[in-house]
Amino acid sequence: MSSIDAANDPVLTASETAKSVREIPRNRTGSALKKADNRAAYMFLLPWFAGIILITALPMLVSLYLSFTNYAVIGLPSFVGFDNYVRLFTSDRRFITSIWVTLKYVGFSVPLVLLFSLTIAVALNRGLRGLAIYRSLFYVPSLIGASVGIGLLWKEVFGERGVVNDILALFGVAGRGWINNPTFALPSVIALNVWTFGASMVIFLAALRQIPESYYEAASIDGANAWQRFRRITLPLITPVIFFNTVLLLINSFQSFTQAFVVSNGRGGPVDSTLLYSLYLYQQAFQQLQMGYASAMAWILLIAIGLATALMFWSSRYWVFYGDR
Amino acid sequence: MATVKTYDPELLRAERRKRENIRRLKGLGLHALLITILGVMLYPVIWMVLSALRPETEIFGDMGFIPTNWTLENFVRGWQLYGDLTFTQFYVNSFIICALAIIGNLLACSMAAYAFARLEFRGKWWLFAIMLGTMMLPIHVQLIPQYIFFLNIGWVNTILPLVVPKFLAHDAFFIFLMVQFMRSLPNELEQAAIVDGASYWQRYWRIILPLSMPALATTAVFTFINTYNDFFSQLIYLTDTDRMTVPVALRLFLDPSGGSSSFGGLFAMVLVSIGPVLGFFLASQRLLTKGIATQGFK
Repeated sequence: MSSIDAANDPVLTASETAKSVREIPRNRTGSALKKADNRAAYMFLLPWFAGIILITALPMLVSLYLSFTNYAVIGLPSFVGFDNYVRLFTSDRRFITSIWVTLKYVGFSVPLVLLFSLTIAVALNRGLRGLAIYRSLFYVPSLIGASVGIGLLWKEVFGERGVVNDILALFGVAGRGWINNPTFALPSVIALNVWTFGASMVIFLAALRQIPESYYEAASIDGANAWQRFRRITLPLITPVIFFNTVLLLINSFQSFTQAFVVSNGRGGPVDSTLLYSLYLYQQAFQQLQMGYASAMAWILLIAIGLATALMFWSSRYWVFYGDR
Repeated sequence: MATVKTYDPELLRAERRKRENIRRLKGLGLHALLITILGVMLYPVIWMVLSALRPETEIFGDMGFIPTNWTLENFVRGWQLYGDLTFTQFYVNSFIICALAIIGNLLACSMAAYAFARLEFRGKWWLFAIMLGTMMLPIHVQLIPQYIFFLNIGWVNTILPLVVPKFLAHDAFFIFLMVQFMRSLPNELEQAAIVDGASYWQRYWRIILPLSMPALATTAVFTFINTYNDFFSQLIYLTDTDRMTVPVALRLFLDPSGGSSSFGGLFAMVLVSIGPVLGFFLASQRLLTKGIATQGFK
């Protein structure tokens, strides 16, 4: 069989290489095994390679190029240098607004989600009866929270005649239309994001349950109280999970789109108070057809997320505890 | 070792009973607290369910929390909001995309994950870093060229832009999830298979994949939920009304010109739209929780 045919067939290649491994008796260590693994591994990675090149790297390069052009889908892109970037930061007030809105959104959502999810997870992890039911119920909002349907519901819940006002009325507080109010629209959207803390909670719970009971028993015998057990055992052991959750939440919140879109009917209103970055980008790209301009926005977003993530990784050296690794 | 006090069985028992009672009381308090929090959180959803089941005119009135006149008319009206084009079509569209996305993700991501988790190869560290890096990439930096590209090859208004990337392991998160899981599997089984002469493919297909069932189930469920809920790409790529998926169709409720101001129909359709997600989740719950919580085999 020619090597080209074999190369096209991951199964065959894999079995061939495995055979060659077997034919080296006892000499498992060293380069022979590694070389064999090489070929099989690349075969297994083939779909991913294709994806990385065709739907990630190439579009990114094109996007970078477009960000230096004026391009309205029809016709050809015309090169304008750094014009788009300069315009964004110097003469586009809505752009600056969208940055502030997004920073507020991320800055409030992420810590609140972490706080809620960890607290509830720790509470649930105390050998409580009905753990599975609680976990599922707390998780339900995460399942549906990102959907258009819940966005529509939220619009009514925080609307003038919505549930929030019904509840406030019980306490004698006069309600208002929260979602149409420039001051309260964004907090309403943040509340929707925090509402979905269950996803992080489930990940925390799984991590908590992997901490051996014997650690706590040993600590109890040594006279550690509940807070000390949490502070000295639980917290250090789940720092990798806190890190993981934070990075995930950061990346996701920076890109939030659907709920702001639904709540404001795609406009980011009232008075741009829910104009999240993604929403503004969408408006520029698919409503104004300013593809070059929107590409520049996309690259600024990429750099912002990259910086935030890098900051997290850098800081992890000081607070994330990787037990035996 | 023991003090005099612990020698007295009566005292010891009383002490234990007291501690037991305190523990039980604390447990009750915790239950009460959790149920209250859940009640507040889920109240909007319950309100929506009850609103969908009452006549249009009674939704925003002071008609009491529990409907007096139960009705299904909202569901009928909402389902047929767009005349000939009913939600049946939107659901079919959504489910086709979801099914293909699940197959794509399971295959492509698990293959990549197997290589990263179980094989040694040159450039592994770099490729893994790139893979993690793509997880952090906002879709926006690829979106516009992708859109232009798909537009030029005539894929806009087909499901292909939504499905093909899944077969190319585009959702790096699931690769990562599976890598983490596969790494935790013990080496012995695979080593035994190597001794028995199993090929790489057999090791992947017969040993690692079955053991990774929980991670695969997690991937399938989350792929379904993400794809079904996905709004951004479906909004961009599916513009013809007969191609629309559930979220894109729901969005039309926002359109003041196109839709009735039927809140009953809206709530009914929102309720129906979250049904599949909840159903899928409940059906797969045992697998799911296992997938996150256990190490692979008992």
